[in-house]
Amino acid sequence: MTGSADNIVVFEGVQKSYDGETLVVKDLNLDVDRGEFLTMLGPSGSGKTTVLMMLAGFEVPTHGQILLNGTPINNTPPHKRGIGMVFQNYALFPHMTVGENLAFPLEVRKMGKAEIEDRVNKALDMVRLGGFANRRPAQLSGGQQQRVAVARALVFEPELVLMDEPLGALDKNLREEMQYEIKHIHENLGVSMVYVTHDQSEALTMSNRVAVFEDGVIQQLAPPDVLYEQPDNAFVAGFIGENNKLYGKIVSEDDVNCKVELEGGGGTVAAMKVNASGVGTRTTLSMRPERVTINPEGNASENTCSAKVEELIYLGDHIRTRVSVSGNSDFIVKIPNSHGHVILQEGTEVTIGWQTDDCRALDAPNV
Amino acid sequence: MAIATDSSQPLTTADGTPLRQSLRRAERLNKLRAFGLVAPLFLFILVFFVFPIAKLASVSVDNSIVPEILTNTVEAIQDWDGTDLPPEPVWKAMAADLVEGKKNRNIAKVGKRLNFEKPGFRRLLIKSARKADKLEAPYKESLIKANKKWADPEFWRVLQRESGDYTFSYILRAVDMTYSEEGSVTMVDDKNAVYLDIFGRTLFISAQVTLTCLLLGFPIAYLLSTLPAKTGNMLMIFVLLPFWISLLVRTTAWIVLLQDQGVINSALIGIGVINEPLELIRNRVGVVVAMTHILLPFMILPLYSVMKGINPSLMRAAKSMGANPAIAFWRVYTPLTVPGIGAGGLLVFIISIGYYITPALVGGPKDIMASQLIDIQMNQQLNWNMASAIGVVLLAITLVLFAIYNRLVGIDRMKMG
Repeated sequence: MTGSADNIVVFEGVQKSYDGETLVVKDLNLDVDRGEFLTMLGPSGSGKTTVLMMLAGFEVPTHGQILLNGTPINNTPPHKRGIGMVFQNYALFPHMTVGENLAFPLEVRKMGKAEIEDRVNKALDMVRLGGFANRRPAQLSGGQQQRVAVARALVFEPELVLMDEPLGALDKNLREEMQYEIKHIHENLGVSMVYVTHDQSEALTMSNRVAVFEDGVIQQLAPPDVLYEQPDNAFVAGFIGENNKLYGKIVSEDDVNCKVELEGGGGTVAAMKVNASGVGTRTTLSMRPERVTINPEGNASENTCSAKVEELIYLGDHIRTRVSVSGNSDFIVKIPNSHGHVILQEGTEVTIGWQTDDCRALDAPNV
Repeated sequence: MAIATDSSQPLTTADGTPLRQSLRRAERLNKLRAFGLVAPLFLFILVFFVFPIAKLASVSVDNSIVPEILTNTVEAIQDWDGTDLPPEPVWKAMAADLVEGKKNRNIAKVGKRLNFEKPGFRRLLIKSARKADKLEAPYKESLIKANKKWADPEFWRVLQRESGDYTFSYILRAVDMTYSEEGSVTMVDDKNAVYLDIFGRTLFISAQVTLTCLLLGFPIAYLLSTLPAKTGNMLMIFVLLPFWISLLVRTTAWIVLLQDQGVINSALIGIGVINEPLELIRNRVGVVVAMTHILLPFMILPLYSVMKGINPSLMRAAKSMGANPAIAFWRVYTPLTVPGIGAGGLLVFIISIGYYITPALVGGPKDIMASQLIDIQMNQQLNWNMASAIGVVLLAITLVLFAIYNRLVGIDRMKMG
């Protein structure tokens, strides 16, 4: 595949190895659309930061090619790529004031004094830090430092901004606030952003598309809703959001669905065939906790299974119910705290039910 | 504040004891314990550092030998107005002191002291003391008859000036100043001026050594701080290796390397680069090379510890903003190493100022440094007062430089590691 004019960045068969023995990134092919907010999500060691560093120019691809605006940039040093970058620990220059930090990229571009001042002030206003120009980074709070780092990466108006887990050091509330702020800046400026994080809620909140990394390979590249509702494989289903897993063997299949006999004696259920096929194949059934109902009335659910209530956790808006189903005692069901919801006791036997569309048959680990 | 406290009433604890007193009592034990731990060090510093420096300072101004031996004269001469020659009682007192000095065999000592102020004083006193028994009233005529120099009022004026328990002559001499005949402070004439030149040279050599250490040490410290821990620690051992070898051995090793028939000259002549051996020793080159080698670790270690603390993503950030590596290094990295440059520079400079063995062994006569002057005064001239005075001036120069450094860079910005 080759990038079209709409792709600001194209990775073509990129591989990276640090030691010559193992590949950290295995055959990466990825297009970033102009104006897109693309997030690379994955556990630590999955290769996502390495991809970002190759794009920024701090690491050299072992094989393959990276194109920026259609031009190969493998041999372009970082300072000639014109890519803005926000680092994990902000990387503000401690010996310069906020204003000097922001002026730095403009000064190395030899802009006039008046223009620099104008742009610095505009950038500071954009992150709501007007009047902080004379402070030192050490005098700012974590959130303010973060905003300065974002402003500094944007002040020279790059087409592409990279962010390497920029919110990792902030507390939860501030992190959520900053997520919206960065999202709005992206929408207002229309720059392309490539964002790296291991926090899935961050990825779902901000992105147009999310690339889920594991073991140096993109497991799935999709918009957040698709990623959550239609995971391609067991890793993505388990990594994004909460997920219930049941293992079984395919006993019969048609074009769309299959029948699976559960391990642990839970009976046979129907599931959507996604990433498993062939009678006799072992499969992982994946279901979201909110798509499972307790004691469904009549034929409301296409599949039912008996379960035993193990634990009830009251969480205000919903009651988190842990049940054991077919030998799996970690099966979670969310009961919304709505008017007239079912009242359960720990230790009672119940029936759980779900629609075939909500149960996806995915790849299973080898036993 | 919602609760209004009466400021005239001090806060108390529940049982009514004042809060301050109660707090002091509660923390007393901890303070005592802390003091107990630092007490050995405190005593050590007091006995081996503060006391010697105080002693040094007092020896440099000590003049007690004059009032001790010439007791009567010193007392009598106070009333003299300094014009012409002193009145008869002073001559009488001097005659008595000479008799006493001859008996106690200590007239030569005070003679040596006063000779420092006015050459010829020692001979005058010793010769006169020999004839002390024959002196009789009127003593003025009798003394002048014994030695004509007594008629020179200059000797009396010097004696009157130096009759106190303290003198500033040594310290003045250590900065090339002296008393004129009228008793005011002036610079000594050029042919006798040595000390300021040597202090200036000491500072200049120290600055040269500091600069060389910085130029050589900076890349090494940078390399050490960027290498992976295993290789870095290995190289660090090489940096520290010289500390395991005696200073004397390291300095003599440089003699072996640098002398005319030494390793370097032989090698250069052998490969035909030069025909005559280069003069590498007994001159400034030898001093700077050997001192740099010995002091280099003192520059590398503070620099290394500062560089280790610099976040590597700062350089990446600078590059991502469009700065080429040279600009990123100069505008981002270098300013952050200033605390290390300051600490290392100050350390090397101050150690250099007091250096002795190395310049003595590899330096020539034009490379004598302040410490060698002290040595000459102590071991050759046997003038401990003068040696102390040079020491005091050296200490003062060091403190002034330290204060200037503090003003320019700030001692709180220094980082030793």
